[in-house]
Amino acid sequence: MSSPLLEVENLRVSFPTHSGRVEVVKGLSFTLGRERLGIVGESGSGKSMTGRSILKLIRKPGEVTADKLRFEGIDILDQNEKQMRAIRGARISMVMQDPKFSLNPVMTVGEQIAEALVTHQRLGRKEVQQRILDMLVAVRINDPERVAKLYPHEVSGGMGQRIMIAMMLIPEPELLIADEPTSALDVSVQAQVLDIIDDLVTRKGMGLILISHDLALVSRYCDRILVMNAGRVVEECAAGQLDKAQHPYTRGLLAAMPVIDETRDELPVLDRTQWAGT
Amino acid sequence: MSALTLKNLDISYGDTKVVHGVNLDVPEGESFALVGESGSGKSTILRAIAGLAPEWTGEISVLGKPRTHGVDRNVSRTVQMVFQDPYGSLHPRKTIDSALSEPLAIHGIGNRGERVEAVLKQVGLDQRFRFRFPHQLSGGQRQRVAIARALMLEPKVLLLDEPTSALDVSVQAEILNLLKRLRREQNLTFLMVTHNLPVVSFLCDRLAVMRHGKIVEIADVAQLKQGDLKEPYSRELLAATAA
Repeated sequence: MSSPLLEVENLRVSFPTHSGRVEVVKGLSFTLGRERLGIVGESGSGKSMTGRSILKLIRKPGEVTADKLRFEGIDILDQNEKQMRAIRGARISMVMQDPKFSLNPVMTVGEQIAEALVTHQRLGRKEVQQRILDMLVAVRINDPERVAKLYPHEVSGGMGQRIMIAMMLIPEPELLIADEPTSALDVSVQAQVLDIIDDLVTRKGMGLILISHDLALVSRYCDRILVMNAGRVVEECAAGQLDKAQHPYTRGLLAAMPVIDETRDELPVLDRTQWAGT
Repeated sequence: MSALTLKNLDISYGDTKVVHGVNLDVPEGESFALVGESGSGKSTILRAIAGLAPEWTGEISVLGKPRTHGVDRNVSRTVQMVFQDPYGSLHPRKTIDSALSEPLAIHGIGNRGERVEAVLKQVGLDQRFRFRFPHQLSGGQRQRVAIARALMLEPKVLLLDEPTSALDVSVQAEILNLLKRLRREQNLTFLMVTHNLPVVSFLCDRLAVMRHGKIVEIADVAQLKQGDLKEPYSRELLAATAA
């Protein structure tokens, strides 16, 4: 591994409120190689804002500052909108939470995937068609010709999410940001979708940032984990070492999850006053 | 006595039959879970019991009394439902106080102020929330309000439709503890829909595994804890969780 794929140093995201600017990400730093990084935290911890600021998707009046925010040597904060459009999708792409709201309801699945591809590459019609079908097969859709002609409301949630993944991966980006890719899905389908992401990411040697509130899930699919609370990283550890986590917040989150052979009469609850902030 | 009895229950939406011949008996005071994937008909059963899916045949009995197909005031007094999404289940332009008072007004129950105060206390919400609007509350606080609303008529049975799946794990823990305490204090019967097996393990006594609108297996929670489910599909669900 040569230089890191993504370098983030002292990232801050703030929004104005009636009582002055509020920082939702407060000085986050990390570097990412061609590996799988998990960002875990609860609602309001700033994990999604971190993902969005990497793609420069935070609109005014939100404000992003950083000492360093570099993707493959490109300074993201210096790019204008036109330059960003060449990066978004083509080199860094993002899978959103809910396929119901993220797919265009009036375009067929095939057209949407094609759009993701032809925006960034000039290709012949036949080749586009072939790439779409290949990609649908890659996300384990059995009957790609039929599915490509369907509209989003005609497919299930799990299939919708696989279509999203197909759309995000078809331009062959180097970094995939998956923001809660499975929280709108059933448990049985969740594993399938994550296996697909995992398989494609490993096979193509991409970087992955998996953003989720589910500690167990992130530890299963990532190499490294950042635990965020109130805009800061409170703990960083290797995925396998999660059970040895030190920070009281991480420990609290782990303890609050019921387990399959639950014997506790009451679940321990986080004492939020302990970590000032949200 | 049985709190809920379902006999040969078929439920349809229009021409599509979604629940096929379900038989179930939940004794008073039990906490019973319905698990299964989306579209398996588990929420539809709750909706039929609550009167929100009126196209059913067979028999639904609540505390020994058969339920009619229409709006049934007696059923509302004994059975109340808590919905999945606390962001969508509270009226955005009604204060917490008016949302909680509405069931009392409908059923002509007096003493509303005191009852609202008491129920807020039961669900662990400070009185200062009483005259706020839902958007001023967090997800966990809203779910507490939704539970409070279900408790207003002092029901015997609560129908819980994925009550914690929209919440963070730490907030989920708070709500699960709350439900457990309320059940103990008020001797409630729970019929809960979820696809989270660890939650079943924490809160329930028995569970039914559903698939394609049918119950494939009814098991004790002890069996679940030991991984001792019989049907292949139940084992598959268990494996997806435990992996």
